[in-house]
Amino acid sequence: MSDRAEAVGGPILTKATRWILWIGIVGIALILWRFGVGLGRSTGLNDGYAWGLWISFDVVTGTALGCGGFAMALLVYIFNKGKYHPLVRPAILTSALGYSMAGLAIAIDVGRPWHVWRIPLGGFPDMGKYNWNSALLEVALCVMAYIIVLWIELSPAFFEKWKDSPKEGLANFSRKAYGIVNKSLIWIIALGVLLPTMHQSSLGALMLLSGPRLHNLWNSPFAPLLFLISCIAMGYAVVVMESALASRFFNRPSHTSMLASIGKVAAYIIWGYLVLRLVDLVLRGRLGLMFQFNVYSLMFWIEIICFAVPAVMLMNAKKRQDLGYLFRAAMMLVLAGTLYRFDTYLVAFMPGENFSYFPTVPEIFVTIGIVAIEIMLYVALVTIFPILAGRPTTAEAH
Amino acid sequence: MLLPRVVKGVSSKEMLNRGLDRRDFLKICSIAAAAVGLPAGAGVKMAEAAMAGQKPSVIWLSFQECTGCTESLLRTRFPGFAELILDLISLDYHETLMVPSGHLAEKSRMEAMDAHKGKFILVVEGSIPEKDGGIYCMIGGRTAIDILKETAEMAGAIVAIGSCSSWGGIPSAEPNPTGATGAPMILEDKTVVTIPGCPANPYNFLGTVLQYATFGTLPELDELARPKWAYGRTIHEHCPRRAHFDAGRFVEQFGDENHRLGYCLYKMGCKGPVTHANCSVQAFGEVVDAWPIGLGHPCVGCTEQKVLWRTAIHETVDIERPTNPDTYPPIGAPQGKVGAVATGVAGLVAGGLLGAGYAASKKLGDETEEEEG
Repeated sequence: MSDRAEAVGGPILTKATRWILWIGIVGIALILWRFGVGLGRSTGLNDGYAWGLWISFDVVTGTALGCGGFAMALLVYIFNKGKYHPLVRPAILTSALGYSMAGLAIAIDVGRPWHVWRIPLGGFPDMGKYNWNSALLEVALCVMAYIIVLWIELSPAFFEKWKDSPKEGLANFSRKAYGIVNKSLIWIIALGVLLPTMHQSSLGALMLLSGPRLHNLWNSPFAPLLFLISCIAMGYAVVVMESALASRFFNRPSHTSMLASIGKVAAYIIWGYLVLRLVDLVLRGRLGLMFQFNVYSLMFWIEIICFAVPAVMLMNAKKRQDLGYLFRAAMMLVLAGTLYRFDTYLVAFMPGENFSYFPTVPEIFVTIGIVAIEIMLYVALVTIFPILAGRPTTAEAH
Repeated sequence: MLLPRVVKGVSSKEMLNRGLDRRDFLKICSIAAAAVGLPAGAGVKMAEAAMAGQKPSVIWLSFQECTGCTESLLRTRFPGFAELILDLISLDYHETLMVPSGHLAEKSRMEAMDAHKGKFILVVEGSIPEKDGGIYCMIGGRTAIDILKETAEMAGAIVAIGSCSSWGGIPSAEPNPTGATGAPMILEDKTVVTIPGCPANPYNFLGTVLQYATFGTLPELDELARPKWAYGRTIHEHCPRRAHFDAGRFVEQFGDENHRLGYCLYKMGCKGPVTHANCSVQAFGEVVDAWPIGLGHPCVGCTEQKVLWRTAIHETVDIERPTNPDTYPPIGAPQGKVGAVATGVAGLVAGGLLGAGYAASKKLGDETEEEEG
């Protein structure tokens, strides 16, 4: 699998990445400031809205955008479509970064992050007192485990580079570790498919726990399934976008026909999502809520249209071959999935008449900063390690 | 109480002759105005109009109804019915209350219509049957539709009292054998103020009619032409049992311990959360608690076409906007605000991303074409 990948090489810091680095530094400074003054002063959160931008974007949307690795693993390993292999490693890198940054965002958002290490230890030293039926605990454990799994899945890329290292110890270790990881990769990949299935659906279940405080257009027993389906579609969209941008910025093969057929897969998934969403509304007798012409029905329609447009766009087999067209459809799909998550976590949530929420400026810049750090790390890692597919454009023959 | 010495059954002129002075008469008018929520000074205007002999003429048409709305109007005290029809308005046609009968009754309707053309208030009580040409309700050989249309043509204002005339009421319940419907559905091109309720709260009616009589204007109406001051909120919002709902204390069975303790009736099928009316704050005929929830029965939603006779009394309704949070916003504490700068930044970021994405897609598209070309 790895012999096709090749490091990009060249300098990490260019004019563009320097700007991104500065944005990241501002973000880090604001994160430190947040720990200094507390959540109350640094964010727009209040007793009604305990979850704001960091949860709805960085965690819930961030992990869904990080589902590229999951979605590609499904395609390549479960449905055995080996031809998409060159896209797997970059997808896993995006996922690893997305999930790691989501983990960072949770640590910033929770009130007492210094207790986080106790979660995987079953609440040590208060063992046995955990509520194992908690969806939130499930998310926490699964996301933690999946971050580790993703980096292990990516590790062959590091070992490939390090095994030729002039440092004897590192080279020896890398050779040994490379063998072990390669042999156990089947189990790691299996975990890498199981874990996101679990926690992405749990993310859909979380807001159901708020009961009638979630507006009925989103308050569906199917929400976990809808979250799962939409995150897979978003995963493919991110793979398309990432691949298109990487091919442009790092002068790599663009895999357009491969991306086009992924786009087709994504389109079928969205159709499934849309049908399920509407059937669910019909079965529960909630269809009328779509036509109330209030802020909820308006947001619902925007969301549904954002899903439907790429679903229609991606069905066009001819236009799909145009990378720009494909990119626009993927962007729309990412927007749709993001809206679905924002609607569920913020818009549809009704904590009480007098509460309102909008992120503060520092809150927004922390989120932008985290994304900037993510981009920086992506650039650095693909520059140093063999992750993106190599220059020869014979990928189709693989 | 400062009740004027009212002599029942005599007209205002006679009252003056018998010793009802100007002061007492002004009191009647002011109490009437205050009771129905008209602005200060309305009482004086009302009195002046009455003294000048400009009492508004009222024609009251009764169709498929039980006379419950009239009965409840008879039981008001501020103003009493006698003061209302003798001092404040001129009730020219009302089948239950008028002296003439037969052709004489119809004649007085025609006379009043001619004399007060474009100025009289038309009150409709009861639903109007549409099926088979409307033959199921006929007065003096003419159908209800016919009479209603004829009278409405010359009316200054039209008020539908009760659920029957507002949207059909009981007669329109499935299978609706007479094709009963409300006055607004017959008079589609006219403004018909609806005062639904079974019976309608008489003060909601009086407030509307006396405002028109005094100022010549109608109150602000909602999309179903109900006065907003009376039907602007749901029962649930002002329910005396609301605290029990918020605390999760419910009657589980009629006559159980919770019922005796006066807990919330939601689980017994109370339609309060979807019913727009002011029963909880405007007592019927000044008898406190003389309404379903006050008596320990769930609200049946009698003002709502979509509820009454369309959902069973024991069925619970969906609550779209529950307002029972885990935590109430503390008084005076920050409850979240939307910063102008934050909104701007968020907009710039979102717009920037979309713009950059579109620009990138354009470039990618160009490249594909170059490769192909």
